[in-house]
Amino acid sequence: MLYNIFIDPFVQMAGAPDLLVQALWDGLVSGVLYALIALGFVLIFKASGVFNFAQGIMVVFAALTLVGLYEKGVPAWVALALTLVVMFLLAVAVERVVLRPLVNQPDIILFMATFGLTYFLIGFGELVFGGNPKAMITEQLGLPRGVIDVEMLGGRVSLQKIDIAAAIIASIMVAALAVFFQKTRIGRALRAVADSHKAALSVGISLNQIWVIVWFTAGVVALAAGIMWGARSEVSFALEIVALKALPVLVLGGFTSVPGAIVGGLIIGVGEKLGEFYWGPLVGGGIETWLAYFIALAFLLFRPQGLFGEKIIERI
Amino acid sequence: MLYRETGQFKTSYKADMAVFPIRQDRIGLAIILLLAFVAMPLFGGGFLLSAVMIPLLVFALAALGLNLLTGYTGQLSLGTAGFMGVGAYACYKLTTFFPEVNLIVWILASGFFSAAVGVVFGLPSLRIKGFYLAVATLAAQFFLQWCFIRIPWLYNNNVSGAIEAPVRTLFGMPITGPHATPELRYLVVLSIVALLTWIASNLVHGRIGRSWMAVRDMDIAAELMGIRLLPTKLLAFAVSSFYCGVAGALMVFLWYGSAEPEVFSISQSFLILFMVIIGGLGSLIGSFLGAALIYGLPIVLKSLFPMLGLSVGAATVEHITFMVVGAMIIGFLIVEPHGLASIWRTIKQKLRVWPFPY
Repeated sequence: MLYNIFIDPFVQMAGAPDLLVQALWDGLVSGVLYALIALGFVLIFKASGVFNFAQGIMVVFAALTLVGLYEKGVPAWVALALTLVVMFLLAVAVERVVLRPLVNQPDIILFMATFGLTYFLIGFGELVFGGNPKAMITEQLGLPRGVIDVEMLGGRVSLQKIDIAAAIIASIMVAALAVFFQKTRIGRALRAVADSHKAALSVGISLNQIWVIVWFTAGVVALAAGIMWGARSEVSFALEIVALKALPVLVLGGFTSVPGAIVGGLIIGVGEKLGEFYWGPLVGGGIETWLAYFIALAFLLFRPQGLFGEKIIERI
Repeated sequence: MLYRETGQFKTSYKADMAVFPIRQDRIGLAIILLLAFVAMPLFGGGFLLSAVMIPLLVFALAALGLNLLTGYTGQLSLGTAGFMGVGAYACYKLTTFFPEVNLIVWILASGFFSAAVGVVFGLPSLRIKGFYLAVATLAAQFFLQWCFIRIPWLYNNNVSGAIEAPVRTLFGMPITGPHATPELRYLVVLSIVALLTWIASNLVHGRIGRSWMAVRDMDIAAELMGIRLLPTKLLAFAVSSFYCGVAGALMVFLWYGSAEPEVFSISQSFLILFMVIIGGLGSLIGSFLGAALIYGLPIVLKSLFPMLGLSVGAATVEHITFMVVGAMIIGFLIVEPHGLASIWRTIKQKLRVWPFPY
C-alpha cells in the first residue's frame, strides 16, 4: 500500500517520461486558464476589496455573448468588439447598482451581492442566448486548430495548437496588464486605490471611476479566459463549476497578488493533473474535483495569507 | 395597541435575562407553536405540508446550523451541503445495520457523525481566516461529495448510486416510504426542528454562545480574555455540523424519500448561505425567515406567471426566476444588509411605541 502511494508513481514517471511531459503540459495549460480566471478575481479584490464570486460567471457570460452575437449573424470581429462593449456596460452597471449603494458594508455582504450578480447573469445570459451549449467560434477569430506532435524522450507528446495560443495570449495579457499597472496614469491610480481607499480619495482619485475601469479590465480578462475555455470544450454554464477551481488558485497565490494568481494557477493545474494521473487510480479516480482544494489547504497551513499575499497584521 | 409592556416589571435577574422578556412575545410564540403543531396538520392539506412546510423546516434547520457557525462564530463555511450529506448517509447506513431501532434515534445520532467530520474540517480554522477559510471548507464540500459518489459501501452498493429511505415506523405508523402520511412526517420534522431550535437558543444565550460571539467579534481579543480558541471554534464547527447533519437526514428520509449525491452539491451550500445572510447573521429567527424567503420566492415567482395570464415557456420562467432572485438578493442587501431579522426588530420597536412614536 505504502509502496503504491510513495514509490510506484515515481517509478511510472521515470519509466515513461513522455507521458510525464504530456501530463505536465496538460496541467500547465489548464493552469494557465485557472490563472486567467483568478487574475480577474485579484484585479477586483485589489481595487475594491470585493471577493467577486461572479468572476467565473463573467467568463461564461462573455463567451456566451460573443458566440450568441455571432449566431445572430454579426461578423466575428464585430461580435468581439460588441462583447467588449457589453462587458463595459456590465462594469458600469455593477458599479452603479451594486458597489455604490453598498460602499462601506462588511466584506461578506459584498460577497453575497456578487452572488446575486451571479444568479442574475445566469438568468439573463440564458434568457437572451438560450441555455444550450454552444461551440466557440475559433476559426472565425483566427485561432489555430489542430495538434502538433513532438517526438521526444522516446515517445510522442501531442500539443494542441489552441493551447499554445492560449498560453501566448495569456502571457501577452499579463505583460500588458503589468505595463498598464506600472506605467500609465490610470494604473498608478489603481495601485493607489489598492493601497488605501481613503488616501486615494483624499488625493482626488475618483473611486467610482476606478471601480468601473477595474471591473471592465476584469471583464476583458474574463472574455479572454472564456474564448480559451470555450475553444477547449464548449460554452455553457457548466463552466461555472470549473470556474470554482479559480478559488484554490486564489488562496494559494494570495488574494492581492497578480504573480500569485499565475504561479498558483500553474501549481494547481500541474498538481491536479499529476495527482489524477498517477495517484487517482489508487482511490478510484475522479479526484480532480477536490485535489486542488487540498493542495491549496496544505499550502495555507504553512502560509495563511497565500504564497504571495500581504502579511496579515492583526491589531486589537 | 396590543403590544404594550407597560406594567410588566422584571423583579429578578432571571426575568431580566429571559429570552422572551415581554409577555406578548411569549403569547405570540405559544400561538405560533399551536398553529404549527395543531392547526397546520389538521387543516394544512397534504400538498402544503409536504411541498412547502417540510422543506421549509428542513432548510431552516440547516440554515440555523450554518448561522451558529457563520453568524455567531464568524467562520464562513461553504461546505454545508457536504455536512448535510454526511448526516443523510450516516443515517442511511445506521438504519440499514440496525433496522429495529427507531429511526428518530438514528436521525439524531447521524448528527454526531457529521459533527465529527465537521471538527476535522474545522481544524484549519485556527490558522486560516475569512475567505481563505471559506475556500478551505470548499475542500470539505467537494471531497465529501466525491465520497458519496465513489464509495459504494455508503449507498449499499446499489446500482443507481442513490440512497432510498426504507420504510420505518413510529408507534406502528409508517413515517418514511410511500405510505407515510404528510401529516405525520410533518409532525416528526417539526418536533425535531423545534427541539433543536430550543437547544440552539439556550446555547447562544449561555456561556458557549457568548464565547462564540467574542471569537466572532475579534478572536485575538477573545483569546486574551481567556477564551480558548481551538475548543471554541471546534465546538462551533461540531454543533453547526450536527444541525446540518440532522437537517440532511431529515431531508432524505422525510422529504425526498431518496437522494442522489447531486442533492448535496455546492449549489445547495450556497442556497443555505443565502438563507443565513438574507435572514440575518447571528439571529435564530432570521434563519427561519431567510429559509422561508429563499425557498418560497421561486415557488411564488413560478406561480405568478400563470396568475398574470402570461403564457411563457417553462425554461423562460426558470431563467426569469434566476434573474429576479439575483436582483432581489442585491436589492435586499442594499435596503437591509442586516437581514430580515433586522426588519423584524424594527417592526417590533415600531409596534411598541405605536401609535405615538417619540
